[in-house]
Amino acid sequence: MKKQKLGKNLLSLLFVIICIIYMMPIVVVGYNSFKENGSINTDTFALPNEQTFMGWQNYVNGMTVGDYPFLNSVWYSFVITILSAALILICTSMAAWYISRVDDIFSRIVYYLCVFSMIVPFQMVMFTLAKTANVTGLNTPYTIPVIYLGFGAGLAVFMFVGFVKGMPLAIEEAAAIDGCGPLRTFFSMVFPMLKPIFISVGVLEIMWVWNDYLLPYLVLDRTMYRTIPIHIQYLQGSYGHVDLGAVMALIMMSIVPIVIFYLTCQKYIVSGVMAGAVKG
Amino acid sequence: MKKQRSSAAVNSSLIRRPIQRMFPIFLLPTFLAFCIGFLWPFLHGIYLSFCKFTITSNAKWIGFDNYVKAFQDPGFLHAFWYTALVAVTSLVIINLGAFAVAYALTRGIKGSNVFRGVFFMPNLIGGIVLGYIWSTIFDGFLAKYGTSIVLDSRLGYWGLMIMLSWQQIGYMMIIYIAGLQSVSEDMLEAAQIDGANGWHTLWHITIPTVMPSITICTFLSLTNGFKLFDQNLVLTGGQPFTFQADGTVIRTTEMLALNIYNTFYLNSKSRGVGQAKAVLFFILVAAIALIQLRATKSKEVQQ
Repeated sequence: MKKQKLGKNLLSLLFVIICIIYMMPIVVVGYNSFKENGSINTDTFALPNEQTFMGWQNYVNGMTVGDYPFLNSVWYSFVITILSAALILICTSMAAWYISRVDDIFSRIVYYLCVFSMIVPFQMVMFTLAKTANVTGLNTPYTIPVIYLGFGAGLAVFMFVGFVKGMPLAIEEAAAIDGCGPLRTFFSMVFPMLKPIFISVGVLEIMWVWNDYLLPYLVLDRTMYRTIPIHIQYLQGSYGHVDLGAVMALIMMSIVPIVIFYLTCQKYIVSGVMAGAVKG
Repeated sequence: MKKQRSSAAVNSSLIRRPIQRMFPIFLLPTFLAFCIGFLWPFLHGIYLSFCKFTITSNAKWIGFDNYVKAFQDPGFLHAFWYTALVAVTSLVIINLGAFAVAYALTRGIKGSNVFRGVFFMPNLIGGIVLGYIWSTIFDGFLAKYGTSIVLDSRLGYWGLMIMLSWQQIGYMMIIYIAGLQSVSEDMLEAAQIDGANGWHTLWHITIPTVMPSITICTFLSLTNGFKLFDQNLVLTGGQPFTFQADGTVIRTTEMLALNIYNTFYLNSKSRGVGQAKAVLFFILVAAIALIQLRATKSKEVQQ
């Protein structure tokens, strides 16, 4: 028994070491964001010292590095993510309820098309999708959520339909007998019951849209609208001509919201990931 | 299913009809967006793969020429084999790593939750930012040896492996942990009483029970590998390039998705070929998904 306990403590210790190594890339970028530009290239792993320590100056420079205001890309990333996630959640949950309750030929066709769309890689549609978005005027941060709804509907509809199928009809029947119309039934009876799957789908969509690079890159007008990934890719492309310290600061600033999001909703994120994984 | 069907019939007038009348509110918005964001671009893309075009309005039907050209492109074939190699190697490394971590973290050791959190976190960082972080790390390290990740294709390959493992082990670990938690305590105890050692228990009880998780994770990492784009673009962007005798360029660390992207946007004359490559890519990914579906189905029958 004692031997077993010792083994467990050793294993714990081993994992502490592995976890420290695991966090190193972020830690290195973290302390490099306080270093003077030249020393990042020549001595990446050295801690900042008196000569190389810059304080918050890199963060100030990071706001305007690459001739584009960083706060603009933060704003666009937020707007696109929040609007897209909200639109996807509301529209697809309504669609999924319609599909599983009406269950006629048309809704079945829509459902199978949605399932089919999940296996289509983005490269298959990227050229024609960018063209369609341009023609329809869906190429600004405030209208691109419609594109996300269209391309992301598959997974969301699939997950919602799977959930609604397992929901009891009795409550909706009772509501209908009492003279409650479909809209009210949906928003006051069905909606609250969808909460767990709502969170799972929401987490998956938020993670997807926030980190997505190629879709907004091809659809949006890049001179005006850059999301955080697009902005960072531009800076990477101009490697060597750019203030590296400022870029390190910028990377830290784009990781921090994710870490905060993770720490506050860890439970939901993990359950969302699990639900999404099963779909494959 | 049968029960659902009959109850739906009973309630058709009560529930079904009123909802059906609300079609424009419930289904139409999603369906329209789906047509704009997926269905039309998809069908249009298939049509364009048989055309010569630089923009969509000057498309001219040329039959299977684009597909023939795609198969004759050495860069595309190289990208295919390179992608397959990356996908399979990363599948093995990620799954072994994730299973080992998940197994160790379900032994009830102190601090398990913190460790899980640390392993999972890289997964939330997007491919672009992730690639930038790692190229900084790799280049900082390799600069001491006077080289860089973009100068040597072997470095590019193993760099990508390290990055993919770092990103995905935590994700697969979560799925394996859920699987491992369903292994019944009674069985493990019974095995211990019967004198089975650790390896026997792992091999004959634990692994068969978590088989569904293993199927999910292998296919997930395989598809992730084949569809990889962002990380490939940022880490090496296909560099280093080699030049063939006939003037064609092979981008040695370029994967399929990036090859398709470059065929589209580096040279607007080869867009038809790019679209044909994209259709082939879609067929490949769809085939993997179908095999997965069958594998999952047959497992369900066994249980």
